[in-house]
Order: sequence, then C-alpha cells, then structure tokens
Amino acid sequence: MRSRDRRSFLARAGAVGGAAWLAGCDRLATKSGFAGWLGSSDGLTERVQRSLTARDALAHEYDESAIASSFRANGSINPQAPEYLTLRANDFRDWRLAIGGMVRAPFSLSLDELRALPARTQITRHDCVEGWSAIGKWTGPLLGSILERAGVESAARFVVFRCMDNLGGVGMYYESIALEDAYHPQTILAYNLNDKALPVANGAPLRVRPERMLGYKMAKYLSGIEVVDSLAGIEGGKGGYWEDRGYQWFGGI
Amino acid sequence: MSDVPETPAPPESAAVPVVETPVAAARRWVIYRRRLPVRLMHWINVLCLVVLLGSGLQIFNAHPALYWGDQSNFNDPWVKLGARPSAQSLRGETRIGGARFDTTGVLGTSREADGKLHARGFPSWATIPALKNLAIGRDWHFTFAWIFLVNGTLYLLWSFASRHFSRDLLPDRAELRSIGRSFVQHLRFRHPKGEEATRYNVLQKLAYLVAILVLGPGIVLMGLAMSPYLGPSLDWMVQAVGGRQSARTWHFLAALGLVLFALVHVFEVLVTGFWNNLRSMITGRYVVPVEEVGHAQP
Repeated sequence: MRSRDRRSFLARAGAVGGAAWLAGCDRLATKSGFAGWLGSSDGLTERVQRSLTARDALAHEYDESAIASSFRANGSINPQAPEYLTLRANDFRDWRLAIGGMVRAPFSLSLDELRALPARTQITRHDCVEGWSAIGKWTGPLLGSILERAGVESAARFVVFRCMDNLGGVGMYYESIALEDAYHPQTILAYNLNDKALPVANGAPLRVRPERMLGYKMAKYLSGIEVVDSLAGIEGGKGGYWEDRGYQWFGGI
Repeated sequence: MSDVPETPAPPESAAVPVVETPVAAARRWVIYRRRLPVRLMHWINVLCLVVLLGSGLQIFNAHPALYWGDQSNFNDPWVKLGARPSAQSLRGETRIGGARFDTTGVLGTSREADGKLHARGFPSWATIPALKNLAIGRDWHFTFAWIFLVNGTLYLLWSFASRHFSRDLLPDRAELRSIGRSFVQHLRFRHPKGEEATRYNVLQKLAYLVAILVLGPGIVLMGLAMSPYLGPSLDWMVQAVGGRQSARTWHFLAALGLVLFALVHVFEVLVTGFWNNLRSMITGRYVVPVEEVGHAQP
C-alpha cells in the first residue's frame, strides 16, 4: 500500500514535473543569460563547419532537368516601399547598386552595367530555414570581382547587404556575410533566375547568392553593398533582419 | 555489467546473505549492474533527447511536410500535417502517402492558450518552445545537438575501451539463436530470473545496438546532411540517401525510431520492476529477481 501511494505520488509528480519542465524551457530561453548560452553554440557551429569544408569547396550544381517548375518565394514577395515601386515602374532603369564602406574606391553600377560584367551561371539548391528546398538557375557577376574592383581595406571583415523591402513594416531588410563567403567562387549577385530577369517575388532587380548558406542569408531587392569591420553599429547589431529577431548569424545549417 | 561488485557493497546489502552466492535461499541478491559512466551518460542522453525532440518538432512545424529527393515537390509531399477550413472550425489533416486522416486537435491544428484551434504541425505541448518560434527552437536544437554528439561519442569510446560493448551488448551465437524464444517470453511478460537476469536479454541487446549504432549516429549524420555549408563535404552522403529532402525525411524517421525505442524501453522498465531498474541506473545496484522468490520469503 505504502509503495502504491508512493508510486502514484511519483507518477503525479512526474506529470507535474513534465509540464513544469516544458514551461521552464520557455522561461529559461527568455532569460538573457541562458538564451545567450543557447545562442552561443552558433559560434561553435560556425567554427566547426568552416573547419570541415574547404574555403572554396563548391555547393552541388545540378543539371537543367533538376530545375523546379516554379521556384518558391518566401519572406518579402512584393515590396511596397514607395521608392521601390517607383524604381520597379521603370523596370529598374533608374536603380543603381552602391558599393561602399571600407573600400578604397566606392562606386555604383546600373543594372545594364551589371549585366555587361563577366557572369557565372549556376544551377543550385536553395535551402530555406523552414526546411524546404528548391532548385533554380542563377546568373550574375561574382561578388568577389566587384569587391576587388572597389579595393577592400585590410581591416574589413564583413559585407553588409542593404535592401529595399521592409518586411513586416518595421525596419528595412539587411543581411551580412563574412568576407571569405563573399569571395567564394559561387557567391554571385544574381539578376537572372532560370534565364529570365529576376521576378519581383524572388528579389528583383538583384539578390545575392552565397550558395552554402540558408535562404535568409540570400538578401533580395539589393540597393547597396557595404564593407565593414563590425556589425555592432548596424540596425539591431546582430548582422541581419532575422538575426536581430533571434536567428543565427551563421546560416550554414 | 558485472556479477561481482566493483566497489564495496552498500550497507543495506551487507546485512543480507553473501552477495556472490546466487542460491534461491538468498533473500536479496544484489549486483553492481552499471558503472558510473554509463549512468551519467544515460541521464545526459535523456535530457538531450527530450530537448532535441521538442525543439525538432518546433523546427518541423515551420514547414510541416516531408519529401523524397533533393528538393521539395510542394504539390506532393509524402507526409503533411495540414489545416483545412471547414464549416465550424479549422480541421487538422494528416497526409501519409495517399491516405488522409482527420487529426484535429493534435496534428495539423491544435488549441493554444487562447483556447482556439490554430494551424500548426505538432501541438504546443510537444514543442520547445511551446509557442511558434523557429529561431529559439533552432538555438535549443543545435546547442543540445552538440551535447548529444559529445556525450554519444564519449559513450561509444568508453563502451569499446571498457569492453562494455563486447561483454554486455554484443549477443553471442547462442543468444541470436534464441531470438524467437525471447520474443515469445517478452509477449508473455515472462522476464529472465536468476543468473539469466544478471545479463541483458538478446532482444534488449539488439534494441540497444540499433539505437546506439544505427539511430544515434544516423540521426546526427542526417542532420548534418541538411546543412548547405557542409554540402560540398558531405555531398556523397547526401546523394547516397537520395538528396537533401530525403535526408530530412530520414532525420525525422530516425527521430520516430528513437521515440519508439524510448516508449518500449520505458514500458519494459515499468513492467520489470520500476524501482529496481531506476535504482540500477542511479546507484548502479540491481536486485536480481530470483525464480522462487515467493517461497524463499518467510
């Protein structure tokens, strides 16, 4: 009898404990110290992944037959910022990409000038942080060649992408990647998707493709590229729109 | 697992007849069943698996569908936890292959704190965190994946080095031949007694080996196979399992396998002497059930 009582007590304690455990997880994650510890594993993940994959190793490239019949668009798919609508109404003829920050010679490029540069075409798989994948064919100049032309200062560490969409109406979208990913031989500024001008839903007129990262790192609707040595002073300071909202900066997994 | 205690017997067993003599007359036959590293790593593993499952379901909820191949054929997932508006409410619909099931309230749609049905793959009581938050779910998942990986690797190294693996987990030929008999015994809830109960039985050994050598390493590898950054290094593996979305499916199926393993494991722990089993995973001491235990007691 005593043992039965003890058992039912423990069973109840277990049930209560289980519920408290789940609630506790949520509370813990909102406490800055513990959340900070949880989030800090991203740095370890980044270091280990970088050590396991050669700096210039290429993401898998597919055959034409693998291209998805319709390439899913996510996040901002139809920006409504007045400035963007004006540029779009004129087929982005008045749009220019500004390259600046810690570079010796800042400059800007029109869409036609970008299209005149040597370009790379690659059929790659896009992996969204949500879990789905889609294969598409992207065309555009290497980001590395544009950075070389601008002359990156030796103290620089990151490339920040400025965008023309304000997802959810609060703050403009932006992203950042490490210089070594910016110089990766597949990191292009894509103006074409599947041999046609980039559709609005997928980031017209220009999006960046760091092919070994998740979709949210592949900023769309680019207006500027800024080379910096620290992400601390930019927007929320975490290096990206989603990063400022809790997402991992190293979007490699 | 060893018949002979490796540390001095604890006070309560010192008071009873000699530990080493497995005779029916002995009232309590206590063995030191599990060494400290096994016990410690077992409980770290429990914590990791609970967090990894809850946070994994949170991540799954961001796109509650599974595919085969490299990419997502959105029109034809082989598993989908969807929501469908109906006249009265939001119905939860689970699709597996061609079959559709109404799973309102649990899968596809479930109630949140406001008491209303919301479209979400797995319900909030099963996910970490409870509310939809992919970013924090990923933080939990990757942090505990690291702990799981380190703990699991140390366990494998220790198991081989200490011969825990070969002595306690690897079945011999005679045991493999007795699988059928062991299976029938499990179904009849007849559990080994006496000398036989000092070892794991053959089905138990096989279940542990599948979990340790197949499901554990497999779920880690399939998780890594989903990483675009590791793509160039692991491309051979990603292709071998059928592509990135297949890897995501295998990751999910391995998790399902571990859940089934844990359910059977906990069930067996309950029916073969809960306190005795639990104690043996905390202090290491296990009271061997003896055949004529009823007659032996005064």
